[in-house]
Amino acid sequence: MITQRCGTHFCSGIQRQSFMAVGGWVFLSSLRWDAGACCQLQGILLSRGLHELMLLAVSGCSLPQVWSLEQPDWHCKIDEGSAGLVASCWSPDGRHILNTTEFHLRITVWSLCTKSVSYIKYPKACQQGVAFTRDGRYMAVAERRDCKDFISIFVCRNWQLLRHFDTETQDLFGIEWAPNGCVLAAWDTCLEYKVLLYSLDGRLLSSYRAYEWPLGVKSIAWSPSSQFLAIGSFDEKVRILNHVTWKKITELDHPATIASKKTIVYKEVEKSPTVDTERLTFPPTRALASSLFSTKSKYDISQVPVSLQYIKPVADRANPKVGVGMLAFSADNCFLATKNDNIPNAVWIWDIRKLKLSVVLEQLCTIQSFQWDPCQPRLAVCTGSSRVYLWSPAGCVVVQVPGEGDFQITSLSWNSNGDSMLLLSKDNFCVCYLETEEVK
Amino acid sequence: MGDWKTITVPVLSPDSKNTLPYTSESKRSPTSMSSQVLRLSLPSSKNMHSFFGAFCTEENIEQSISYIDRELTTLGFPSIYAESRGKELNLISIINCMNGLLVLQHKNLRAQEEVEMQHLKLGSDMDHLQNCYAKLKVQKLQNIISSRATQYNHDMKRKEREYNKLKERLHQLVMNKKDKKLAMEVLNYVGRADGKRGAWRTDKTEARNEEEMYKVLLSDYEQRQKQLLLENAELKKVLQQMKKDIISLLPPQKQKPKERSEDGLVLSDQEEDIGELNKENMWELSCETVREQLTNSIRKQWRILKNHVEKLDNQVSRGHSGVLNEKDVISREDHELETGKLELEIQQCKEMIKTQQQLLQQQLTCDDDDTTLLLQDCYLLEERERLQEEWRLFREQKKNFEKERKSFTEAAIRLGLERKAFEEDRGAWLKHQFLTMTADCKSENVTTPSAFLRSSDPDICLVKSASRQKKPPSVLSPTVSPEPCQISQYITQNSVASEKPAAHNMPNLCMESDDKEETEECTKSWEDSGVGTLLCRNLLMEQLP
Repeated sequence: MITQRCGTHFCSGIQRQSFMAVGGWVFLSSLRWDAGACCQLQGILLSRGLHELMLLAVSGCSLPQVWSLEQPDWHCKIDEGSAGLVASCWSPDGRHILNTTEFHLRITVWSLCTKSVSYIKYPKACQQGVAFTRDGRYMAVAERRDCKDFISIFVCRNWQLLRHFDTETQDLFGIEWAPNGCVLAAWDTCLEYKVLLYSLDGRLLSSYRAYEWPLGVKSIAWSPSSQFLAIGSFDEKVRILNHVTWKKITELDHPATIASKKTIVYKEVEKSPTVDTERLTFPPTRALASSLFSTKSKYDISQVPVSLQYIKPVADRANPKVGVGMLAFSADNCFLATKNDNIPNAVWIWDIRKLKLSVVLEQLCTIQSFQWDPCQPRLAVCTGSSRVYLWSPAGCVVVQVPGEGDFQITSLSWNSNGDSMLLLSKDNFCVCYLETEEVK
Repeated sequence: MGDWKTITVPVLSPDSKNTLPYTSESKRSPTSMSSQVLRLSLPSSKNMHSFFGAFCTEENIEQSISYIDRELTTLGFPSIYAESRGKELNLISIINCMNGLLVLQHKNLRAQEEVEMQHLKLGSDMDHLQNCYAKLKVQKLQNIISSRATQYNHDMKRKEREYNKLKERLHQLVMNKKDKKLAMEVLNYVGRADGKRGAWRTDKTEARNEEEMYKVLLSDYEQRQKQLLLENAELKKVLQQMKKDIISLLPPQKQKPKERSEDGLVLSDQEEDIGELNKENMWELSCETVREQLTNSIRKQWRILKNHVEKLDNQVSRGHSGVLNEKDVISREDHELETGKLELEIQQCKEMIKTQQQLLQQQLTCDDDDTTLLLQDCYLLEERERLQEEWRLFREQKKNFEKERKSFTEAAIRLGLERKAFEEDRGAWLKHQFLTMTADCKSENVTTPSAFLRSSDPDICLVKSASRQKKPPSVLSPTVSPEPCQISQYITQNSVASEKPAAHNMPNLCMESDDKEETEECTKSWEDSGVGTLLCRNLLMEQLP
């Protein structure tokens, strides 16, 4: 099952079957998709367009199809030909579709308004090769020609090339715009620690290199105010650069033992279920059965010093599970959540105002993903169990997904107004509503 | 050369590396043939001792001697036997052998020390070399890595070029195929997101793009600059506030004229700074010199404040240790004591005031007649008692006064009597003298002086009697009490009648009779006057005939 969320709407689809689109938690429409046996639904994308919501289904046989949610009769098919398709995405205005062909031969820009086509040659085959600014005005594309990396900046309104410049990277790994749309961060492959910062007009503002030989950058995140750039690297540290001087202001370390008295460590412990022996009935009801066997858990505060479960990675494998792999700033710019892949069960929450470790959440299972609430400093974490964990400065709570059987949450996604979130497992999804307190 | 039956010489076992310090005392006597054993004291194991002891015993003396002889000869020493065969031992050769062995031992020890020293040196050298080796190894590995990395990059680039070539080829093929088909099927066109129509790509549009881009960048920079300006302004305000606070905290600089000229400069700088900064506020200058001035002045003030605080700290510490040099610095304990005392005082005064208030209240607000009567009675009683007390005291005092007065009057009477007696005596003596003197000249004036003297006789007699009756004054006093006054008056009358200078002194005698000193003086004057009067009388008597 594949789902995708865009703003307040999301849709989900099931491979080889019909898919339903649900928007705003109200069932909008269901569409049937006929496909041959060879084609499998690989992705659904909702556009960010304002007036109509389009649906783009990307299948394995390079025939992306577009539907409109508001006009069920409207339909569009795109044929890339024998070029094949690797990736497809919407443009910010919701009227153009960018398809990346196989072997990254080119990026084709299809316009739904004019039926015209534009090509971008030599796109780079990397993790984040295409980046749009938050206001949707500019697009940066990473390119590689003659074994050299380049970045092209396009104006989204008319797809005109604005700037084209080369980067001093060995092998450009990713690019990301700052939320204010004026600075572009580009970083090199993990064999080389290098982060370059370019201004919108293509000037190199600064270049940052922490060390030379060991493995380099693993993840990067901009703070919502564009003041900070957090760089997580393979040496289990996060380095934060400031936007005024583009120099490091602090290094955040992730050791296996936490000794500071000011850090709160929440540890998830299993609660053995209390059984009221008088209430037992035969045959046991479903609810009772599930409650008996489902393990509940709660948070306990561990006394500092705490030593976390540390996993030493296998030395001779590529892409080792070492270093800071996940980084996210909270929406109010006050907290940074990180995950050190050496300590896969813990989420580290740093207070950015004090540049200190504030909280550590120690879970029973490996962290799958976490995401900040778009409105307030609230973090939702999922670990592949049937519980979602919420943390806010007021405290943290374990939320059990009710229901029979196991609901193994693999990812989650907040609603853009912050009062509900989507919990996704392999075959199911559920919506979690959060109560808002009345302000007296 | 005596016969030495048994001598044991310590032999170092070939295994032991330890040097065995030993002391040997050998007792020998030229005549005794008894076996003697050299004593060894070995600090180490007992086994050695027993080993050494076990080498030669009484049973195997000959064998041990021969063994030793063999060993020594193999080492190159001469034989210890006196002759080539036989059992007699050559003392001199034995001693020489021993000496030789000792020398050998010393040499070996030295050699061992050297070897150990070398060993240590080599060990440290080894460590050093290992470190260097490790570093070199690291460098070598790094070099290897870098060379491999460059090789790898080169290979990657080569592969990439191949790959690009293939891609190009593929692209061409794909493009050729695609040109024929219609790539996109769409039911109808969708309107643009912003509702406008698409524009052609021209230079104008390019220029407009550039413009917009620069506008975006500029607006971002302006925003940032605004934020920075705000921050700067706030920080400057804080700095100025801090400066003012520091200046107010510091004691006024005028009280310390013995400060160095630097501080004098500071003072003037301070004022200047204040003036300038006030100006700055008005104009909001932010040029470099002004900024520097502000930070420099704050640094200066801060330094002064630090020094001041350090001085205060020193003073406090000195005060605690008990050595106070400053007058106006009171140690904390004294201060606390004082405050405690004052507080106590205040407490007491307050309590007093309270009680007084209460009593006052009671008085004013008391309506009960009984209680008032009772109270009044109480007060009257109190007053009566007080009055009685006072009366008693008064009476006592009166008695005392009376007593004193009596005693004084007695004293005065006595004094008067004594004086009289004295006068009489003197008169008699003078008369006698006079008579003796004038007996040569005339003897006619006997009557008048006698007549005169007769008048004074009773006085003198009285005085005499008084003087004779000095001892029991108490007996005399009641009878004499009214009289002394009269007598004194009588005396005064006489004296007044006689002469004036005497009269001056009389009133003193009469008025203040309780002053003994004055009475003495009076007696003197009385004497003088007495003489004077007598002389005058005598003169009168001369003139009378």
